[in-house]
Amino acid sequence: MRGRWLLILAALLLAGAIVVTRTVDNRYVYFAGYGILQYVVLATAWNILGGYTGYVNFGTGGFFALGVYTSVFLIRAVKAPLPVQIVAAGLVAGLLGLGIGYLTLRLRGTFFSISTLALAVVLETIMVNWEYVGGARGTSVIRPAPMVPFDNYPSFLFVVMTLLALGAVATAWLIEHSKIGRGFAAIRDNEEAAECMGVPTLRLKLLATTVSGALMGVAGAPFPYYLTFVDPVSTFNLSYAVNSLAMPMVGGTTSWLGPVIGAILLGTVQQLATVTISSELNLLLVGLVLVAFVVLAPEGILGLVRRLARRGPA
Amino acid sequence: MFSLDLLLNAIVAGVLLGGFYAAVSLGISVTFGLLDVVNIAHPVFVILGAYTAFVLNNAYGLDPLLASLLFVPLFFVIGIGVYQVYYLSFEKKGESSLRGLVFFFGLLFIVEVALLLKFGVDYRLVEAPYIGRSFQIGEVGIAYRLLVPFLVGILMTAAIALFLSRTFYGRAAMGVAQDALALRLMGVDPVRIKTIVFGLGIATASVAGALLIIISPVEPSIGRAYIGRVFAITVLGGLGSIGGTLAAAVILGVAESLTSTFSGPSWSLAVSFGILLLVLAVRPAGLFGR
Repeated sequence: MRGRWLLILAALLLAGAIVVTRTVDNRYVYFAGYGILQYVVLATAWNILGGYTGYVNFGTGGFFALGVYTSVFLIRAVKAPLPVQIVAAGLVAGLLGLGIGYLTLRLRGTFFSISTLALAVVLETIMVNWEYVGGARGTSVIRPAPMVPFDNYPSFLFVVMTLLALGAVATAWLIEHSKIGRGFAAIRDNEEAAECMGVPTLRLKLLATTVSGALMGVAGAPFPYYLTFVDPVSTFNLSYAVNSLAMPMVGGTTSWLGPVIGAILLGTVQQLATVTISSELNLLLVGLVLVAFVVLAPEGILGLVRRLARRGPA
Repeated sequence: MFSLDLLLNAIVAGVLLGGFYAAVSLGISVTFGLLDVVNIAHPVFVILGAYTAFVLNNAYGLDPLLASLLFVPLFFVIGIGVYQVYYLSFEKKGESSLRGLVFFFGLLFIVEVALLLKFGVDYRLVEAPYIGRSFQIGEVGIAYRLLVPFLVGILMTAAIALFLSRTFYGRAAMGVAQDALALRLMGVDPVRIKTIVFGLGIATASVAGALLIIISPVEPSIGRAYIGRVFAITVLGGLGSIGGTLAAAVILGVAESLTSTFSGPSWSLAVSFGILLLVLAVRPAGLFGR
């Protein structure tokens, strides 16, 4: 029942995004909106693994950038259309997640986390050395003409990202409300006990790393057309890893709503802060917020609200 | 392109680099291997040490090694403070895995951005009489800027090994690794042991920072490159094995040196990651693991 209402809400949101593109003329709105929606996808993707199963991925930037560079490669090689780029980016990043998971998840979770950290550095090394996709200097990308109902490309990308964000959240919702989600929660709470009860822990963990990685790649796929310039420094930025981790932590990691709240909140604040203050100072702020929440409010905003609600009526 | 001289030089430089890598990894080997605290922020304390050495060298012309002797107590205290926060917020509540990692990651990020705000992205370097000089043994050139960190690294490794085997705190730290409850029953407070040993780990990181800035100029984000290295070394050496850490550090140093000599320096970063994945896939206990 609740699922149907959410579906209607999603349709309304998408319609709203399209209406916005018909009425708002200021292109900065799309630029900023795209940035926030991109974080909705990344935070949701991170949370599918980190929040649901409890395995921390520090390499969001790496998976994201892999999606970006998959697109760059496809644009260079065959001038592939955007939907093909998105699917391919998801496949490549998902395979990477599967591979890393397969190698490290049979061991302690810590090793997975460390590997993802190192992975981002290595992927960056590869892209810096790979001249075909721009190397260290980067490469510019020419946008195709906008599709028919849209009069400029940024507004088209804005709607595409809205769709991707809705898709990511829907994936998280479906996982959460299925047997798989309960398996994930069992792994998070006590992996040994889950294994003993017959939960196929390794297979579930691999599923989580694959889906999570794929969504991160998908988030990166439209990026070349968004900035029209791609270089390793901007795509492998550590701020992706920090933000995609801080957003679920701030919102709350146990449900699909947490990362969405966190992404919209932190994303909006950062868009404003980047314009008004400096971007470094604003990254420092994200770091401080992250540590503050992890130490003081580990359940995030959702947890705080739940605690207040429990205390409220009594 | 290939020549024996080049190979020999690369191996010697790699071994020297390995001594320095040992200095960087010692702290992790102890905190991660023995105390089971996954301090991924370790490299950032190395960078912090490097910048402290830079400031002291720049302002007072102090030798970086001498400077490190001065600031080591400070870093020891910082380490104690960090562990206290970590213990009270996570370990005590029994949720050390996920959130503890995130905590250290946040710490890493905050310090890196703070350094960026203070010093910018420029490379910083120190001046000392031995930097830039070298001597020859046959066809092999040995640079003092590599030799000095190598020697200090070996010295530090020996000191930590002695500390762990000969002193009360060291032995107790080994005990924490084996059975914290048994230690408690013997009347030893594992938290106090862990606090002091963690502080010591951060102290070694700061000295390694002084060594780092002797070897090459430093900018805030290069700490990240060391995350892969230190964990590759710690895992390859076998968690908690100090001798193993030194051996693994030398192996990685030589592997990186050969890679950068024969296929270009930009690839040397990939080596540590390759080793890390290989070890995790083939022999997670490491070369000298228990």
